[in-house]
Amino acid sequence: MNTKLYIQSYCKIKNNTIFFNGNPVFKDTKAENLKDFLKSTYKHLGLKYGKFFKMDNLSKLAFLASEIIFKETKIDTENENVAIVFSNNASSLETDRKHQMSINDKDNYFPSPAIFVYTLPNIGIGEISIRHQLKSENAFFVFNKYNAEFHYNYEKSLIQTKKADAVLSGWVNVDDDTNYETFMYLVSKNGKLEHNKKQLNKLY
Amino acid sequence: MKKTYITNHHIISALGFDSKSNFDNLLDNNSGIKKHQRADGKEFYSSIIDKEKVNIEFSKIGEKEKFTTLEKMMLLSVNQLLKDSKHKITEKTGLLISTTKGNIDTLAPTSPFYSDKKRAYLSELGNQIQTFFDFKNEAIVLSNACVSGVLAISVAKHLIQTELYDNVVIVSGDLVSEFIISGFESFQAISDKPCKPYSKNRTGITIGEAIASVLVTNNLTKNAKNVVEVIGNASCNDANHISGPSRTGEGLYLSVKSALKEANINAREIDYISAHGTATNYNDEMEAIAFNRLEMETIPLNSLKGFYGHTLGASGLLETIIGIETLHQNKLIANIGFDELGVSKPLNIIQKNTNKKLQIFLKTASGFGGSNTAVILKKISL
Repeated sequence: MNTKLYIQSYCKIKNNTIFFNGNPVFKDTKAENLKDFLKSTYKHLGLKYGKFFKMDNLSKLAFLASEIIFKETKIDTENENVAIVFSNNASSLETDRKHQMSINDKDNYFPSPAIFVYTLPNIGIGEISIRHQLKSENAFFVFNKYNAEFHYNYEKSLIQTKKADAVLSGWVNVDDDTNYETFMYLVSKNGKLEHNKKQLNKLY
Repeated sequence: MKKTYITNHHIISALGFDSKSNFDNLLDNNSGIKKHQRADGKEFYSSIIDKEKVNIEFSKIGEKEKFTTLEKMMLLSVNQLLKDSKHKITEKTGLLISTTKGNIDTLAPTSPFYSDKKRAYLSELGNQIQTFFDFKNEAIVLSNACVSGVLAISVAKHLIQTELYDNVVIVSGDLVSEFIISGFESFQAISDKPCKPYSKNRTGITIGEAIASVLVTNNLTKNAKNVVEVIGNASCNDANHISGPSRTGEGLYLSVKSALKEANINAREIDYISAHGTATNYNDEMEAIAFNRLEMETIPLNSLKGFYGHTLGASGLLETIIGIETLHQNKLIANIGFDELGVSKPLNIIQKNTNKKLQIFLKTASGFGGSNTAVILKKISL
């Protein structure tokens, strides 16, 4: 029952730079904020996906990191059940603040369903699920900082109890338009980097 | 693999400050939904907790000015849960908090905690609860839309099975706030009457608030009361739409299938379904389709939203606790607000309180982001 698990690949996005498996793959020194950087990343990846432009920054960040992982990793998402487990510190606060602004002034009251739907941190998981047709286990958690012990145990349990064959997991945090970070990885039965708490902390 | 049980539970809602008074009110067909007034004078229906009573009760255990409304209610509930279960917190006790928006009301300039910018962070809510009771591990906050309360049970089970913890205290809650009401209004999803799940005359959801907490454990002590075993659980995304359910009920169908498989039972062995039933057109219709695909349309089913409204991050756990009492008291609760079936497929909606021998029930929930969750619970007689 204790199948050996690996971190098959990982992607980090921080300070307008993207790393895949530890190597820098894209950098945009001109982007002044997260929104611009996400747009230039989208262009760089040559994506054509209209839904992207409706997403909030948190969903866009999660979506782009997942695009890089799925594109560069040998995984058959049609036949393998890939669960999604993300965590962060700020939940959906960047968008929450926007919704709050729209209701603070009774004389200038404009709550919008297009914003309100993104006041839940798990919406980005839904976006990735739609994109890759992943009808799988998913959950979104909030911690003070990336909690490798929790992630390791939960990822392992999902696979060992056969709820999933692999898990797209990690930390996707957007606090505001300049403070953001993601560390996303795919846990599966294939790869070279052993899946354990120490390894996750090291890669993070 | 170790078995996982829910051994103790506690509720704070408009229908009472413990599980017993809540269940007694349901038996008497009393709904917590009443007409309320907003700051601007506009009227709306909701199930709202008496905050004066919260302050009176909280004064007995802490300083009421130091904590937000949600924190005080969560602390009260966990305090009672720990007292009832006589659980001693150790390194092997986890704390899991289920909420969609936590202290989101502190973002409003009118909030007494407005200047405390970290208070709206869900991790800070976790820190407050952890510190108050001196839990040894960082709080795990689960925020996965409207399935959070049911999903929390699955998460606790995973953490016990993988031997990270032996016990997990789950506390769930959300407040009725301007933030939430304005958002659902912008979706035009709110009913102008108390909600009527599965009814032909349903016109949308009613938002409510509640706190529900449970002890999940691998160890049955003599303080366990009305115990259930978690025999199956699963959560599957629709992969269809971020704010609307799948037309075929695919994610819910897959979740229940997978939970049944793990429980190693067939659909006919389920005695009762505690469904989601938000009373929106799409949700109730989707559930009817999924339960028919599962051949579960003759199993007695209710939604408790007519009593409590949709209590968001608490709803799944609140309704699970009522389900546990339903099993142990062998009493099915009527789906309040129901009159004539308003979905395209048959469902066996419980229309009046009924005495029936019950063993196993299914709890389901569905929510934004395409999420669906199912948990199967079996009565354990000690």
